[in-house]
Amino acid sequence: MITVQKLTKRFGMKTILRGLDFHVEPGEFVALLGPNGAGKTTFLRILATLSRPSQGTVSVAGFELPKQAAAVRQRLGVVSHQPLLYENLTALENLQFYGRMYAVPNLNGRIDSVLTMVGLAARRNDLVRTFSRGMQQRLAIGRAVLHDPQMMLFDEPYTGLDQEASEMLDGVLKEVAARGRTVVMTSHDLVRAETLSTRFDILSRGVIAASIYRADLGAEGLTGFYKKGIGDGR
Amino acid sequence: MDGRRKTEDRKGNSPSTVYGLRSNYLNAIRAIAWKDLAAELRSRELLTSMLVFSTLIIMIFYFALDLDAKARDNIAAGVLWVTFAFAGTIGLNRAMAIEKDRGCLDGLLLAPVDRSAIYFGKMISSLVFMLIVELITLPIYSIFYNINLFNIGFIGVILLGSIGYTAVGTLLSTMTVQARTRDMLLPILLFPVIVPVLVASVKASSGFLQDYPMSEILPWLNILVAYDAIFLALSFVFFDFVVEE
Repeated sequence: MITVQKLTKRFGMKTILRGLDFHVEPGEFVALLGPNGAGKTTFLRILATLSRPSQGTVSVAGFELPKQAAAVRQRLGVVSHQPLLYENLTALENLQFYGRMYAVPNLNGRIDSVLTMVGLAARRNDLVRTFSRGMQQRLAIGRAVLHDPQMMLFDEPYTGLDQEASEMLDGVLKEVAARGRTVVMTSHDLVRAETLSTRFDILSRGVIAASIYRADLGAEGLTGFYKKGIGDGR
Repeated sequence: MDGRRKTEDRKGNSPSTVYGLRSNYLNAIRAIAWKDLAAELRSRELLTSMLVFSTLIIMIFYFALDLDAKARDNIAAGVLWVTFAFAGTIGLNRAMAIEKDRGCLDGLLLAPVDRSAIYFGKMISSLVFMLIVELITLPIYSIFYNINLFNIGFIGVILLGSIGYTAVGTLLSTMTVQARTRDMLLPILLFPVIVPVLVASVKASSGFLQDYPMSEILPWLNILVAYDAIFLALSFVFFDFVVEE
């Protein structure tokens, strides 16, 4: 589903990603872990077609980036710590807008099912600016799955959420994964990542420093593996 | 031309696919413009500030310059276009800031449409805001300066000048929105580039308001049409590079 080879990304003189290799099979839920400044968000932005690689090859769902970016975007849903929603529009109007941008067929029916999935059907006609941070993030997930993408990218989706909203988000993410979508999620929350993901990759100093499947985690668990991986990256 | 090229475009899309892509492209432009108008109708932040600002400029000119009737006729077009240019800058800055501040620009860039559709959608909504401000400002100016501004040719110049202004302004505001000093940066970049539009609009507007012969107005109208066409085409080609990271 995703194949990345020798990916390098530079901003001016600063090199963020240094020959990164990465591969994800269809249906996998990969947690991308690492310290601040490791390049997680930059990497996700390249996969999301929002940023161009400086060097290396990136293929998503069989399409090469950046040449076939539009085809990748049609198959991709992205949730970041910002909800990408318009505060002065209602939940319904936001989804109608994004549905038109993605040319979603049978849009009204699809909006109904998405709002039900994220538990916001009763608030469909309320302005987004009246929503709590947790509700906005749930609607952001609704926005991202509206066009039924094959693959989803989550960039720190738990940022700023309280306990209740985080639990609600857990449920939505599990549902997304249960539908067979391929998911790549960056997170600092090791406990949540361990619960949700099938594989854990540690990004440190611009490369994948370590990678492990959940079944292969030893007695020290993800926390021990993470500490070891970060140490290896340094 | 062979049979294959009659039925497929250069990317190998069949006619029905090409129609679908074109339809999606136009739908995306319409969706962006609709979204901006719906959000503004609800908040009225942008239109209110543009209208207050343009009314203040007209009043400042009115009280600062003690003019007789002839002088008023001579400067009418200049005062109006200065007013529209300053008020338009507020609108352009705000229209892109709304997209940037909550990351919504990324939401637009993630959509599977040609990115020039984003440019045209934003440009159309900015144009509509500017025309609404002009529609309200013109009668106010007409009352203050006791000048009849209701001339079809003059209205045409307003439309052509506004298209040129928003065509360049939308492109430049997309470039400057990433900068922390965007409020200062946009006018500094915009005003030198729109000098041809402003000069041609002022000259053509003056010509219509003071009943000059058409032969004197036509060269300025040609400049406006050419400028609009050139900058719309340039923006169509280069917008993708402007938003590229």
